Amino acid sequence: MTEMSASATQIQRPDLSGKRLKRRYAAEARFRLYGLIAVFAALGTLVLLLFSIISNGYTAFAQHHIALEVTFDEAEIDPTGERDPQVLRRANYQGIARSSLRNAFPEVTERRERRALTALMSGSADQTLRELVMANPDVIGTTQRVWVKASDELDSFMKGHISRDVPESDRRIKDRDIVWIDQLIAAGNIESQFNTTFFTAGDSREPEQAGIWGATVGSFLMLFVTLVLSFPIGVLSAIYLEEFAPKNRWTDLIEVNINNLAAVPSIVFGLLGLAVFLNFFGLPRSAPLVGGMVLALMTLPTIIIAARAALKAVPPSIREAALGVGASKLQAVTHHVLPLAMPGILTGTILGAAQALGETAPLLMIGMVAFIVDIPGGFTDSATALPVQIYLWADSPERAFVEKTSAAIMVLLAFLVVMNAVAVLLRKRFERRW
Amino acid sequence: MAMAAENLMVQNPETSDHKMIARDVSVYYGEAQALKNVDLDIGRNEVTSLIGPSGCGKSTFLRCLNRMNDVIDGCRVVGDITLDGHDIYDTKLDVVQLRARVGMVFQKPNPFPKSIYDNIAYGPRIHGLGEAKSDTDEIVERSLTRAGLWKEVKDRLDKPGTGLSGGQQQRLCIARAIAVNPEVILMDEPCSALDPIATAKIEELIDELRQNFTIVIVTHSMQQAARVSQKTAFFHLGDLVECGDTQQLFTNPNDERTQGYITGRFG
Ligand SMILES: Nc1ncnc2c1ncn2[C@@H]1O[C@H](COP(=O)(O)OP(=O)(O)OP(=O)(O)O)[C@@H](O)[C@H]1O
Ligand SMILES: [Mg+2]
Repeated sequence: MTEMSASATQIQRPDLSGKRLKRRYAAEARFRLYGLIAVFAALGTLVLLLFSIISNGYTAFAQHHIALEVTFDEAEIDPTGERDPQVLRRANYQGIARSSLRNAFPEVTERRERRALTALMSGSADQTLRELVMANPDVIGTTQRVWVKASDELDSFMKGHISRDVPESDRRIKDRDIVWIDQLIAAGNIESQFNTTFFTAGDSREPEQAGIWGATVGSFLMLFVTLVLSFPIGVLSAIYLEEFAPKNRWTDLIEVNINNLAAVPSIVFGLLGLAVFLNFFGLPRSAPLVGGMVLALMTLPTIIIAARAALKAVPPSIREAALGVGASKLQAVTHHVLPLAMPGILTGTILGAAQALGETAPLLMIGMVAFIVDIPGGFTDSATALPVQIYLWADSPERAFVEKTSAAIMVLLAFLVVMNAVAVLLRKRFERRW
Repeated sequence: MAMAAENLMVQNPETSDHKMIARDVSVYYGEAQALKNVDLDIGRNEVTSLIGPSGCGKSTFLRCLNRMNDVIDGCRVVGDITLDGHDIYDTKLDVVQLRARVGMVFQKPNPFPKSIYDNIAYGPRIHGLGEAKSDTDEIVERSLTRAGLWKEVKDRLDKPGTGLSGGQQQRLCIARAIAVNPEVILMDEPCSALDPIATAKIEELIDELRQNFTIVIVTHSMQQAARVSQKTAFFHLGDLVECGDTQQLFTNPNDERTQGYITGRFG
């Protein structure tokens, strides 16, 4: 640069005029407005979703019960008087429950009418009585007021899901039922109680006897298998690929394939499980073991990708520092890189697990869609999973299953929220800066 | 190469004046050549300083001496470098042991995101020095004292090393490097973030370490090179332009590029 040009060129200072300033402020305000709109749109949909699920489902946590005056007649229950449990178990509690209800309505005599009357009571009433007697044989010979479950139709009616204003032919609760119900209410013999069955029972054809515990146990057995398989395999592959593998065409190919695998529709993993685990290896159908293996395949790419990203985020200077004081590559990774990457890896794993917990399609392929009443006791027992249970209930015609479906969704969402909260906590807990 | 190796074997390498010898060393980052046929002897128990304009390959050369370039993708080193007469790029050589013998202080301070104590104790621990807690305590205190950091941090040894100021971090890294007692210490601009007092302390340390260690230091301060080093090597655009006694190089350089650099005419 010569002196000539330095003095000849006019020095340009930044343009500080108010017009430019105003334009910049306007652009910033506009941007913030768009951002707010986007956030509120997202929040709004979420609130709408939660509102519809909760308003549909909260009623499922309560269940109406009917009070019966039950006479535990010794001649009927325990003719020998020995209180032998075998005998006590086999007594005709169904008949006792029915006659107890009929006794409350002596005016009902016609056979069809009497059957309609006892149908107001759940089919599980005999079980309630049996458990009562088995637990406390002293009640034999006395008369007790016992709360038994109402039928799902009575329950729906009481919850307002079946309206009195609808023409009689269009509702499951008929006019004469309503008369009886009103009498029961007047006598204080109908009451809404907390629905423990929903949290302790397996599936059932009768809505008032159906619960999600079976599906929950199935889901968590499956999730356990998934994590035991996919966490170590995923983290080890990520460490190998990120820290040790040479960068060449083969590792590039592997990387591309892992990314593709993460995008494969989940039902394909179900088909794979069906073909390989069931048909080839002959593992049992509907078992949490197989479900967990299929979900592990599905979660694996998610975990590998998250773990690799977490490892990559650790600055190379940390590795150099460790190598510089004479740590081996493995020591540098296990002592320094891995602990720093762990929060990210765990977050990825939990998100992968949450995804697996909510997965339905692959489970349909390996027979976990079956109707299973028993609570699974092990990894090879027949089981179903929470999302599959939701799917099954959503498909059921009974009105009472609608609220059960929403309630099951609430339970599933609660688990997912807890898992994500744990992920956030872990990230906070282990967060370190460098 | 065979010839070079023969030449090196003339003297007994354990007692030779030269701790490390580099012959015909070239370094490539992918296609780009960063160092061109560098020959340099590093004297035993001497301080050798590397000077030169930014980007001339000082750090690159330094990193060759403990094979730190191995971890950079696409970096290729050709030529011979020996430590006590043994080729350090020999496939049979264990690079972890090499780095335990040739320690390094990096250009950018890079403390572990752990406590100050653990930063120092990590090296001794993995090398089986100071098994007992009291031994480790002593190593930590001595290393921090020598690096001139002990007074400032002795009450917060359990606080993270990353919470220190830039200059403190740099001294922490120096303390970490000397804690394992390597035979050679490579220092890449160890005083770039330090005030004059801390710099004087480090220079004192370097002078003291010279009794038992061989030191290679990269510096942008000619005064510092003149103060601490016995030998100086001047790099320019990947070439080793000139290397010799510090006194002689600064007062009477052979090459006009050296002359230009030390008088501040370019660089
Ligand atoms: N990781 C790398 N990948 C590619 N090129 C690199 C890398 N590191 C250094 N280089 C190049 O090699 C040359 C020498 O770099 P080097 O870091 O050795 O310079 P330097 O002398 O230490 O400079 P400074 O004094 O600024 O630290 C430069 O041209 C640089 O761009
Ligand atoms: Mg450098």
